[in-house]
Amino acid sequence: MISLENVFKRYSDDVAIGPISLEIPRGGVTALVGPNGAGKSTVLTMIGRLQEPDAGTIRVGGHDVARTPSKTIAKVLSILRQENHFVTRLTVRQLVGFGRYPHSRGRLTVEDEQHIDRAIEFLDLAELQDRFLDQLSGGQRQRAYVAMVLAQDTDYVLLDEPLNNLDMQHSVQMMKQLRRAADELGRTIVIVLHDINYAAHYADRIVAMNDGRLTETGPPEEIVRGEVLSRIFHTPVEVVDGPQGRPVCVYF
Amino acid sequence: MSESLQATASARTGRRTGPFPTPARRRRYLIVVGVLLVIALLATYGILGYGNRAEFMSRQWVTIAGLRVESVVVILVVAFCQSFATVSFQTATQNRILTPSIMGFESMYVAIQTAAVFFLGISGVTLLDGPARFFLQAGLMVLMSVLLYSWLLSGRFGNLHIMLLVGVVIGGGLGSLSTFMQRLLEPNEFDILSARLLGSISNASTENLPYVIPVCLAAGVALWLRSRRMNLMALGRDATNNLGLNHRRELMTTLLLVSIMMAMTTSLVGPMTFLGFLVATLAYSLTDTYDHRLILPVAFLAGYSVLALAYFTLRNVFYAGGAVTVIVELVGGLVFLIVLLRKGRL
Amino acid sequence: MSLTTTPPDAPRDAPSARPGTAPRRARWRLAWPLLLALAATLALMVLSLFVGVYDISGGEGGWEMFWITRVPRTVSLVLAGAAMSMAGLVMQQMTQNRFVEPTTTGTTEWAGLGLLVTMIALPSPGIMERMVGAVLFSFVGTMVFFLFLRRVTLRSSLIVPIIGIMLGAVVSSISTFIALQHDLLQSLGIWFAGSFTGVVRGRYELLWIVLVVAVLVFVVADQFTVAGLGRDVATNVGLNYNLVVFLGVTMVALVTGVTTVVIGALPFLGLIVPNVVSLIRGDNLRTNLPWVCLTGVWVVTVCDIIGRTIIMPFEVPVSLILGVVGAVVFVTLLVRRRRHV
Repeated sequence: MISLENVFKRYSDDVAIGPISLEIPRGGVTALVGPNGAGKSTVLTMIGRLQEPDAGTIRVGGHDVARTPSKTIAKVLSILRQENHFVTRLTVRQLVGFGRYPHSRGRLTVEDEQHIDRAIEFLDLAELQDRFLDQLSGGQRQRAYVAMVLAQDTDYVLLDEPLNNLDMQHSVQMMKQLRRAADELGRTIVIVLHDINYAAHYADRIVAMNDGRLTETGPPEEIVRGEVLSRIFHTPVEVVDGPQGRPVCVYF
Repeated sequence: MSESLQATASARTGRRTGPFPTPARRRRYLIVVGVLLVIALLATYGILGYGNRAEFMSRQWVTIAGLRVESVVVILVVAFCQSFATVSFQTATQNRILTPSIMGFESMYVAIQTAAVFFLGISGVTLLDGPARFFLQAGLMVLMSVLLYSWLLSGRFGNLHIMLLVGVVIGGGLGSLSTFMQRLLEPNEFDILSARLLGSISNASTENLPYVIPVCLAAGVALWLRSRRMNLMALGRDATNNLGLNHRRELMTTLLLVSIMMAMTTSLVGPMTFLGFLVATLAYSLTDTYDHRLILPVAFLAGYSVLALAYFTLRNVFYAGGAVTVIVELVGGLVFLIVLLRKGRL
Repeated sequence: MSLTTTPPDAPRDAPSARPGTAPRRARWRLAWPLLLALAATLALMVLSLFVGVYDISGGEGGWEMFWITRVPRTVSLVLAGAAMSMAGLVMQQMTQNRFVEPTTTGTTEWAGLGLLVTMIALPSPGIMERMVGAVLFSFVGTMVFFLFLRRVTLRSSLIVPIIGIMLGAVVSSISTFIALQHDLLQSLGIWFAGSFTGVVRGRYELLWIVLVVAVLVFVVADQFTVAGLGRDVATNVGLNYNLVVFLGVTMVALVTGVTTVVIGALPFLGLIVPNVVSLIRGDNLRTNLPWVCLTGVWVVTVCDIIGRTIIMPFEVPVSLILGVVGAVVFVTLLVRRRRHV
C-alpha cells in the first residue's frame, strides 16, 4: 500500500502542492489525472523519493521513503520519469540490465540475467535487445525504459506520463502491457496520464488532482461522469457509451 | 509474482548482459588496448633511448635513460590525472563536452597559489616550504573547489547548462583574478611565483613528485573502485536515485576525487585546458561502451600515448620540447570544435 | 511554415514610449534622469582627467602632458566603453540571447589573432594595417560563430555563450601557438591585455571610427531585434535578413577590431552593461540605448581609475579588473535569472 499523510511541498509564494492525504491499495493500476500544473508529476516523484516533500510522510509497502535507505526502497518501488537522456550509448539489454543494480550492485548473476530475459520478453523486445537506444523509435525506446523498471522487480512501479510522444498504436500497446504487468505479475502500477479516456479504460482507480490538491478518488465508474470530469478539467466533458459498453469522454 | 513472469519468459536463458553486445566489439576493444600499449611503449623507448648511442640496457644506456626518466614519470602522472579526472567528471555531470579544466579547477589552483604569495609575501611563503606548503595548497584547492562546485552542482540550478556556464565564467574570472594579483606583486615576488606556476613537461615541478605520486594513486584507485557506481551515474540523477544510489553523495565523492587529481597535475605542469577533453573523447570513441572499468584504462593509455608521442616528436624532431603543452592544447581545441560541430549539440 | 501575425516576442519597445508622441511632461520625466546621468558622466570624465601619476597642475610642462595623455585617454575611455557596450547589445538583439557579446562569441580572440597575424606577415605594420587585420579577422570570427549557431542544435540559450567561449579558447590557443613559433609569447600578453596606459596623442585617433558605429546603432537597433527573431519572421515583416545580419556583424567586427588594436580586450563589458540596464529599467530597447552608452562609459572609466590608482605609480590593465568584476556580475545574473524562472 502507498500512503501519503499531509504531504506538502511549496514551490513559491503562490504555487504549493498539498496538503495531500491519500491511500493507494496494493495491486492494480492507479491513474493520476488532472489538468496541466495540477501537481500530478510532483506527487509521483515525491512517492518515488526523487523529490522531498516539505512536510508529511509517505509510506510505500510499509517503508517510510524519507527514512529508509535508498537501497532498500529501490527493491520496493521503481520510478520512471518522462525525460530520459543518457550520455552513454546503451543497447536495450544493457539498459534493462541496469534495472538489476539494486539486487546485484552491478555484478550480474545468472538469476539477474533471467530477470532481464523475462522483462525483455514481456515487452516484446527480444528482437531489439542488441540494438542501441539511439537506433530505436520513440515507442520502442519507451518500451525499453519500462522493461528496465520491470526488471527492477519491485512491487510498486511508478510511471510519469509514459504515453508522452507515443502514437495511438503504441499508446494502446503500452497500456495493455502495463495492464498485464498488473494482472499477471501482480505489480502495483501508479501512472500519470494525460488522456482521461486511457484512464477510464485501463485503470482500476482514478486519482484526480487540481491546483495541487486532491479533488476526487475512486474507481472509474465514479469518476468518469460528465459533471465530475467537467469540474476536474475546467472544461465541459460529456460521457457517452462507447463500444463494449465502456464510457467514452467527449470534450471537443 | 515472479512465477507468472517465468511462465512468459522463453527458454532464452544463458545470455549474458555485458559491456559489449557482440564478441566483435570485445575483440575490437582488445585490439585498441594492444595498439595503444605498443604506441605507449615505443614512445617511452623513444624518449629514453633516442640518440642514446650506448648499447641497449647497458650501464651507460641506463645512466643516460635515467636522466630522462623523470619526464616519463611526469607524463605518466599528468595523463593519469587528466584522463581519470575528466572521464569521471563528465560522467558525474552527465555531459561529454565540458571538463574539469574548462570548468576552472586548474584556475582555482593557480588562483590559490597566487593568493598565497600575494597575501603572505615571499617571507611567508618561503617560511612554509616543502611538503607542508604543498599539502596546504592542494588541500585548500580541493576544499574550495568542492565547496564551489557542490554549490553549483547541488541541483538548485536545476539545469545542467546553467551550472556549466557558471563554471566556465568562474574559471575565466579566477584566471583574471590571478593575473590581477600577479600584477600587484613586487617584481621579485612575481619571479618566485612564475617559477612555480609556469610548468611544462621538460620543466616540471618535479620536487613535488614524491607526494604527488602516492596521492594520485590513491585517488585513482578510489575512482576505479567506483566504476560500477559511475556506470549508473551516467544515466542521470533520477535513474541513479531510482536504482538505490544516493546521487548527491556520489556526486560529492566524485568531485572530491576529481579535484584532488586536478590539483596534482596542475601542481606539476600547470593548466592544460583541452588535454582532458581530447583524451576522454578519444577513449569514448575507441571503447564505445558504458563500462568505466573499460573506459578508464583506455583513457589513461590514450593520454599517455598522446603526450609521450608529442613530447618525443617535438623534442627530437622539431627541437621544441617546451611546446608540447601548446601543441596538445591546439590539437585538443580543434578536436573539441570538430566534435561539437559533428555532434550538433552539447 | 508561415507566420501571419506579428512575432510572439515582438520588438521590445512599446510605441507609446517614443519621445515624439509623448506629451511634454512625460518627455521631461524621461529626460531629466538622463541629464543627471550625463552630468555624472562628465564628472567622471573630469575625475579621469585629473587622476594619474604625473602632477599636471604643478610641474613643468604639466599642461602639455595633460593634452598628450590625459585627454586622449579620457576620450578613448568614453568611446571604447560606449561602443563595446553597444556592440554587446547589437549581438544580443541579433541572437535574442542575453549572454552573448564579443568575448562570449570569440570575436575578441579573433581580433587578437588578426592583430598577431598582421604583426608577423607585414614587416612593420602601421596602426592602420593592424586595424584592418583585426577587423577582418573579427568579421570572419563572428561569421564563424553564427555558422556554429546554425549547425549546433540549441536546446538551451545557455549553450550559446558556452560554445562562444570555447571557440574563443581554441582561437587563442592558435594565437599562442603562432606566437610561440615567432618568439612573441611575451609580447602577446601585453598586446591583448586591455589597457588604456599606452593611449597618447597620435595613437588613439582611430577610435573615433567606433563613434560612427555607435551612432548607427541608434538608427537601426530595431532591425536587429526583428532579425533576431529568425529568418522566417524577418522576411515575413519585409526585412532583408541577410543584409541586416551582415550589417550587424560588420558593426560588431569594426568596434571589436578597432578597440582590440588601440586598447586590447575589454572582457564582459558588452554583456554586463546591457543586462544591468535592462534589469533596472526593464526591456525597452529604444529608451535603454542612451543608458547602455552611459553605463558602459561609467564602468570602463571607474575600472580604469581603479587600475591607475591601486598600485601607483604602476598601472593594472583595465581588462583584468573587468574580467573579475564581469565574471562576478555575469554569475550573479545567471543565478538571479534562475531564481526568477
